[in-house]
Amino acid sequence: MIALRVIAFARSGDKGDSANIAVFGRSTASYLWMREHLGAPVVEEYFRALGVGRVIRHDVPNLEALNFVLPRVLGGGGSRSLRIDAQGKALGMALLEMLVDVPRDLIPAEAAVPATPLPFTPH
Amino acid sequence: MAAVLRIANGSAFWGDQPEAAARLVAAHPDLDYVTLDYLAELSLSIMAIQREKDPTAGYARDFIDVIRSLAPFYLRGGKTRIVTNGGGLDPVACGRAVADELRRLKLEHVRIAVVTGDDVIANLRQDPAAFSNLETGAPLSDVADQLVTANAYLGARAIADALRDGAEIVITGRVADPSLTVGPCMAHFDWDITAYDRIAGATVAGHLIECGTQVCGGFSTDWLDVPHVDNIGFPIAEISDDGSCVITKPEGTGGVVSLQTVKEQLLYEIGDPENYLSPDATVSFLTIGLEQAGPNRVRVAGATGRPPPPSYKVSATYRDGFKAHGQLTVFGHEAVKKARHAGEALLRKLAVRGCEFRETLIECLGTGASVRGVASRMSDTHLVETVLRVSVAAATKEPVERFTREVASLVTSGPQGVTGYAAGRPKVLPVFGYWPCLIAGKHVQPVWSMA
Repeated sequence: MIALRVIAFARSGDKGDSANIAVFGRSTASYLWMREHLGAPVVEEYFRALGVGRVIRHDVPNLEALNFVLPRVLGGGGSRSLRIDAQGKALGMALLEMLVDVPRDLIPAEAAVPATPLPFTPH
Repeated sequence: MAAVLRIANGSAFWGDQPEAAARLVAAHPDLDYVTLDYLAELSLSIMAIQREKDPTAGYARDFIDVIRSLAPFYLRGGKTRIVTNGGGLDPVACGRAVADELRRLKLEHVRIAVVTGDDVIANLRQDPAAFSNLETGAPLSDVADQLVTANAYLGARAIADALRDGAEIVITGRVADPSLTVGPCMAHFDWDITAYDRIAGATVAGHLIECGTQVCGGFSTDWLDVPHVDNIGFPIAEISDDGSCVITKPEGTGGVVSLQTVKEQLLYEIGDPENYLSPDATVSFLTIGLEQAGPNRVRVAGATGRPPPPSYKVSATYRDGFKAHGQLTVFGHEAVKKARHAGEALLRKLAVRGCEFRETLIECLGTGASVRGVASRMSDTHLVETVLRVSVAAATKEPVERFTREVASLVTSGPQGVTGYAAGRPKVLPVFGYWPCLIAGKHVQPVWSMA
């Protein structure tokens, strides 16, 4: 198992009480693996503890990306939310900590990207 | 007509680096435009509250400082034009203040235009039933009495018309962020409002630069690898007549413009990438192609456009009570356990004294609190330090006020190792609810005039 960040990069942002997380493959092969294995239900389950609604996934093949829209994930959003991350700034980083079981050939050999995950664990 | 229009962004939000615009024109005196974005979802409600105390405070006064910083450039004959939504709730007052400042600076020849027509709060008050919440479907009548602001996201057309008429500074209220870039393109290339593919391209360019340094390595996943983050350049879009562009940044600045930074920003705050809705066009991002065209130069081409939706999006806000956040650091053995216990004791004490909150939250920062329960440390018992953050919200101000006075009591009644109280008593903050809705195009009349 490796952290998703080894094979992907991401960006998250808010719209009201919703957020989006765009996840990009670091290689075409990584993108194709994510397209196969990183479905909307997987992401919805991962963020369940935040009270997220039905997650929608948009495929963006020209950018080798998947864009997830997460409704009601910000505890009210905007100025209403009491959370430290009221604007979903951390959600992209959080998704990149997801532990995934990918084929060995997707994991880059170079040490530029650390291949050992932080001691995070999904609930 | 120059083949390429150079448009930079010099402000991503209200409070961004005030000297950015002056630095941009110093590095690139041939820039055609600098756009300055001041308005996030809730900025207008903050301006509304400011204006209650001071009738002249309904716009981004930071913009006047920017004008002052550009004076030497203009006095030397600089020609770069400015387009900004810094007019906020009161573009007319902002235009007047800019005109006053320009007179003082002996720059009275600079022509200022003001775009209005975005304020639709009267429409919402008159017919609340017509403005249900886009996210929840709830009827506006639930909150109509507490409305603070309601502004339609205007498009590029009025900006373009003002520029065609010779305006050198265009000040708007709420417009769609990319329209600050689309307006100059429409005027310069003389695009028809139905040239949807070209408009789509300019919309994408505007979207890419609207968050300032974020497309130049700021907020990037691999931020630690970004060079010279102490001086990340603000972005420049070099836009061609076909709507394609090259995203770059000034020579000698830090940061990086790469396929990765452009990809990340392309999908920032995006829903369906096939249907990006703007008042100028409905844009598909699925046809966009990217190419690294040189060091810190990424070419963006192929966006396709269709007619915009018949309605304008409205961002309305309403008063929704008060809140406060109190923070203390806890150091020592079992820090997290102690912090949580201290937070609970504080809330219990307030409850006993009759304070009623509609919502409370205890967070222990350092334990994965940003995404509590999603990715958490396997164990936090080994942590020797945490920041306790306690938050409360209530419909009325009194209990929240009381909370802000009680937080400090933990310094002497909490666990040994409570520290970090130097910031003092927390502030009571007004809460604004966000109410996105739609308004039919026929009810919105964007107009512009020379100030």
